[in-house]
Amino acid sequence: MVSFSPSEEQQMIVNMVKEFVNDQMRPVFRECDESGEIPTHIIDTSWELGLVSSSIPEEHGGAGWEHSAVTGSLIAEELAWGDLSMAMHILCPALVVLPILEMGTEEQKKKYLPAFCAEKYQTATAALIEPRFNFDPSSLSTTARANGNNYVLNGEKCYVPLASEADFLLVYADENGSSSSQGFIIEKGTPGLEIGEREKNMGIKALATYELSLKDCRIPEENRLGGKKGCDFNRIMNSSRVALAAMAVGVARAAFEYSRDYAKERVAFGEPIASRQAIAFMLAEMATEIDATRLMAWEAAWKLDRKEEATREASLLKMYADDMVLMVTDRAVQILGGHGYIRDHPVELWLRNGRGFTAFDGMAMV
Amino acid sequence: MIDFELTPEEEAAIASAHKEAEESLRPVARYYDEHEHESPEELIERLWERERRGEGLLGLGMAAAFRIEEMCWGDAGLMLCSPGPGLGGAAILATGTQEQQQRFLKRFSEGEPKWGAMAMTEPGAGSDTAAITATARQDGDEWVLNGEKIFVTGGKRALDESNGLVVVWATVDKSAGRAGMKAFVVEAGTPGVRVEKVENKLGIRASDTATIILEDCRVPYGNILGSPEVKVDRAKSAGFRGAMATFDATRPIVCAMALGVGRAALDFVKETFEKEGIKIRYGLPRQKLTSLERDVMEMEAQYKAAKMLTLRSVWMMSQFQPNSLEASMAKAKTGLAVTRITQKAVELMGPLGYSRKYLLEKWMRDAKINDIFEGTGQVNTLVVARRILDYSREQLK
Repeated sequence: MVSFSPSEEQQMIVNMVKEFVNDQMRPVFRECDESGEIPTHIIDTSWELGLVSSSIPEEHGGAGWEHSAVTGSLIAEELAWGDLSMAMHILCPALVVLPILEMGTEEQKKKYLPAFCAEKYQTATAALIEPRFNFDPSSLSTTARANGNNYVLNGEKCYVPLASEADFLLVYADENGSSSSQGFIIEKGTPGLEIGEREKNMGIKALATYELSLKDCRIPEENRLGGKKGCDFNRIMNSSRVALAAMAVGVARAAFEYSRDYAKERVAFGEPIASRQAIAFMLAEMATEIDATRLMAWEAAWKLDRKEEATREASLLKMYADDMVLMVTDRAVQILGGHGYIRDHPVELWLRNGRGFTAFDGMAMV
Repeated sequence: MIDFELTPEEEAAIASAHKEAEESLRPVARYYDEHEHESPEELIERLWERERRGEGLLGLGMAAAFRIEEMCWGDAGLMLCSPGPGLGGAAILATGTQEQQQRFLKRFSEGEPKWGAMAMTEPGAGSDTAAITATARQDGDEWVLNGEKIFVTGGKRALDESNGLVVVWATVDKSAGRAGMKAFVVEAGTPGVRVEKVENKLGIRASDTATIILEDCRVPYGNILGSPEVKVDRAKSAGFRGAMATFDATRPIVCAMALGVGRAALDFVKETFEKEGIKIRYGLPRQKLTSLERDVMEMEAQYKAAKMLTLRSVWMMSQFQPNSLEASMAKAKTGLAVTRITQKAVELMGPLGYSRKYLLEKWMRDAKINDIFEGTGQVNTLVVARRILDYSREQLK
């Protein structure tokens, strides 16, 4: 039966995340953007919330909760409301955990999942994006060639969060020229895996992302995600689209709330600027589009949870969310006028972060 | 729990309404567009049968919204001719007492086809509903109504062509402003009410849009909906709140109508492309999509966004949650979305889109009304803005 009300359990999780975001993330997110660093204690504290590990089965050391993409999108929105860089950092291990959880072989689950149930944040990441303007996840330039009991990987990746600290990297590559993208687990220190310099981007500046290159990087065949069966790459992409859309909603909501409050305070021509339709209507449209996108994200997530094919919904959602977050964050800057352009206010940060969503593929999952 | 699964009853309602739309609305849609003031007698009988079977279009729940979308996918003008309580009924359901609901709505389940309508707009008061000048004066155990109402959807069928009713909004005390606004049920055959003229329109031509004149029209005292008391408590006045409560209930319904028209155009575009072997490649990055694919995806996403907002506002209504903000969000979004979708569809179909050989050009004309009636996009945006800013109408004009 159609319902737009989160379950009690989901509401509890959302409240818990909200509290964390308000206490820990919001007070420092601007500094983090300037310095490019996220305080370790924030990541450590976030880990204690169990956002990534809770859906790992008990036999592998987790809490064994049923995984839900809907719950995941609720969490992603709240974290991204706090700060997008930190949200991506906090949820980064899920880029390895979720594909293994859903599509990994028993051996892969046994081997990798317990590390994510430890008390300390376990760094792991995925490498999908490649540095070219017409990058297309379904036709990757990075290749994986079967060679005896091994795979040999070659190619260039970029926007790989936390690559230099990650113990495991899930690298997506085109297998044997088949135009089918598959995932390969590469452990830190594998010869041929070279992590480049930390990237400098317009936004998400507190998130450490790297270029990396694979030069005849040889891994055993059992490191192919899902073993012989391989992975459902479409599903991974759809999960990523939903996660990013939910994060876009979070960023947009932050910008909307800030500019709304500002517009009620700021007086021009003797009245708060919010009392003029030119400003009020912008805000009304921002609020409407944020809500619409959130509901679309819930629906696509719900489809994922039912294991239904969701490429159409997730793609429409992602496109819509990309446009929405840019529109909302741009208007937030516009409403603040000159002040919006000054780094004393956070709206310029949200615009820079918001602009990135069309480039972020596979950088988050629910 | 967040859930989008339809109940078997809702699935059945959609399937049945879709079949009806396909089999009995689509085939005559063009005819009644070109014969503006003719009545689709046969269709009316069929739809009346549905109404009496309990598969009608009134109701504040999900199933009714789904049915309306499907019927409007068939034809919005013809859907509006569907006999039944209509927007007048929605007003009675939203603000009437149990006794009034029983007394006024019973007729819609028996006998000959009947229509219910709502009369709010006046020549000098459209979006600014509080500016209406029609008056209601108490005289003993009767109310005496005077005034002119325009753009009454289904007004002629309600008053002249059936034993229906019109819910008329009037003021009992002009000096009290919006506090004095009240709704009165005027039944067909009441002396002093008459249909003055029927408009010629851009679209939804099968639906009659009437001007109604009230001249010392007397209705029983018990025909007032909500409390007769005039509380001059600014925006909180019961009368105006009644009007707004009605809109909270009717806007989601109008959104559902709009969605049907928008989807008709979308389906037509996609089917045409499919016949030509053009597939929309969902999942490709934007820079690899053709402009045509991007346009279709954009239209689909707009439809989806509008549908989600609509479903939420209907769901809230069905849960008896206040939905004023959400209904206005949905209405502002949906009216504009389907206007744009249908206009874009005409462009994408080139010469086929502009030709009256196909229904697409008609859907574009039909769609536009959704951005206007039950509150224009602008007035709904204003409602949203006031709500999110927590501003009164004095603070945000």
